[in-house]
Amino acid sequence: MANPRTFQIQEISAHTGPVPGQGTRREEQVCKYIDVTTCIGCKACEVACVEWNDHPFRETTFNDTYQTMPTTEWNYYNLIKFAEDERDGNLMWLLRKDQCLHCEDPGCLRACPADGAIIKYENGIVDFQQENCIGCGYCISGCPFDIPKFHPTTKKVYKCTLCSDRVGQGLEPACVKACPTGCLKFGTKSDMVQIAGLRAKQLQEVSGFADAGVYDPPSIKGTHVIYVLHDIKQPERYGLPANPIIPPSYTYWKWLAKPTGLLLGLLGIGAVFFHRVFYGPKLPQPEPPELRTTPLDEIEADRKEQP
Amino acid sequence: MSSTAKNFDEKARGEFARIGTTRVRRGELLRHPVYTRFLHWSVAIFFILSLLGGFAIYSPWLFHWITPLFGGGPTTRLLHPWFGLLFEFFFFFQFLNWVGPMAWREADRRWMKRLRQYAINEERYEAEDVGFFNAGQKLYFWAIVVSGILFLITGVLMWFDNLVGRWTVVVSYVIHDLAALLMLAGFIIHVYEGTAQQPGTFRSMIDGTVTESWAWTHHPAWYRSATESHKEAQKAQE
Repeated sequence: MANPRTFQIQEISAHTGPVPGQGTRREEQVCKYIDVTTCIGCKACEVACVEWNDHPFRETTFNDTYQTMPTTEWNYYNLIKFAEDERDGNLMWLLRKDQCLHCEDPGCLRACPADGAIIKYENGIVDFQQENCIGCGYCISGCPFDIPKFHPTTKKVYKCTLCSDRVGQGLEPACVKACPTGCLKFGTKSDMVQIAGLRAKQLQEVSGFADAGVYDPPSIKGTHVIYVLHDIKQPERYGLPANPIIPPSYTYWKWLAKPTGLLLGLLGIGAVFFHRVFYGPKLPQPEPPELRTTPLDEIEADRKEQP
Repeated sequence: MSSTAKNFDEKARGEFARIGTTRVRRGELLRHPVYTRFLHWSVAIFFILSLLGGFAIYSPWLFHWITPLFGGGPTTRLLHPWFGLLFEFFFFFQFLNWVGPMAWREADRRWMKRLRQYAINEERYEAEDVGFFNAGQKLYFWAIVVSGILFLITGVLMWFDNLVGRWTVVVSYVIHDLAALLMLAGFIIHVYEGTAQQPGTFRSMIDGTVTESWAWTHHPAWYRSATESHKEAQKAQE
């Protein structure tokens, strides 16, 4: 992909004044903005996702809610979660579009042991490369949001791609295109953070949600899908962890202890090889050993060992 | 060991001795009967299959070339727990078969003190109190028992990861790896001692017999008891 900065004009002959556009830089980080406060739960995004990714509609289970299915699935990346909550003694529906958040520090990528099965683009999109996936499922335990899903037939793991194929062509993700209320937006990370901040402020000042705020958790260095929530102090009400973390075993263990163990194993093979070279074999001796000093009762005890 | 397990083990030995034979020639001793050999190699086969698949999952960036043996990465991942289960299955019977002679004794404590001399081949003979197994073999056996239990618990938890949740998997995977490294260390030493380091040992697991000189060199106490009972048996026949 051509770097757009390569053709940034640096000098212009016989031109008076500064070079137009010099010093400007294109923001390369993308972000999806989800305003849960204006979501109406129409599920157009779910349909658009299934359509664009050409997934067959899957069987589902009815569990007394308006949710299409209990969780996202390997062929259902995008799901509106309907949480029934209370506000001032009245029912309040918390509708959250559940999908991959495309973490800046992705737990799935940290957990994955396979070369090239999970990649993160410069623009922040985290994408699974199923041809390299071995189906171990470590990414599932590495994800703080329970997003990657195992496909029982292909034995590989799938999740939302943030429509990397569309974004690569300059289009917004399919769900954003389908959203009728404008609660979904797509653009650069800085723009989306700014819009989300303004919207949160509006909710605080105009709509009476004093705790409204933006969910962009710093514990995983922010995400490339951000939420505007009515109540940023209790993201658990929406099914979001307040402090999402990547298990330390996927950082320290994987990058330090595992290669060390492997190295020790290889050294062990070398050690026994050179042991043979240095000390030679233990050969059967031609004559039986002469009895020395071992007390007889101990020999008796050991005699019982023979099967 | 409970008497039921012991009875089963003795019955299995008898049955396998009828199917297979162990020819003990002049100057040789019976070391491992058919049943023991069958168990050992069944355990070994499924351990090696688990190990190879495990390597490919442990660090695919280095061992991805192993996965085609099993039909690709996902199939390797699919087969690995089944190989592991079969390893556990056969090792369970080997445990019953060997738990008696593998009991830790006073002589083993003394052997551990001589570990350095043993490792650098300082002594031509093993000490005369070394019985059917020496303390090193017993350590490896008990390491397999411990690893086997850890493998089984953590492996099942990771197998049904959708039922147990994220943090269980995260902890299990570290314990599973540690158990594998412990077994790998023992396995390397075990294979080396049984082949290149001690000539005449490998045949004990193939043909079931060893030479008398091998026996008095490596397991003097066992040699004495085996030959004495042999003489006694001969006397009784006469």
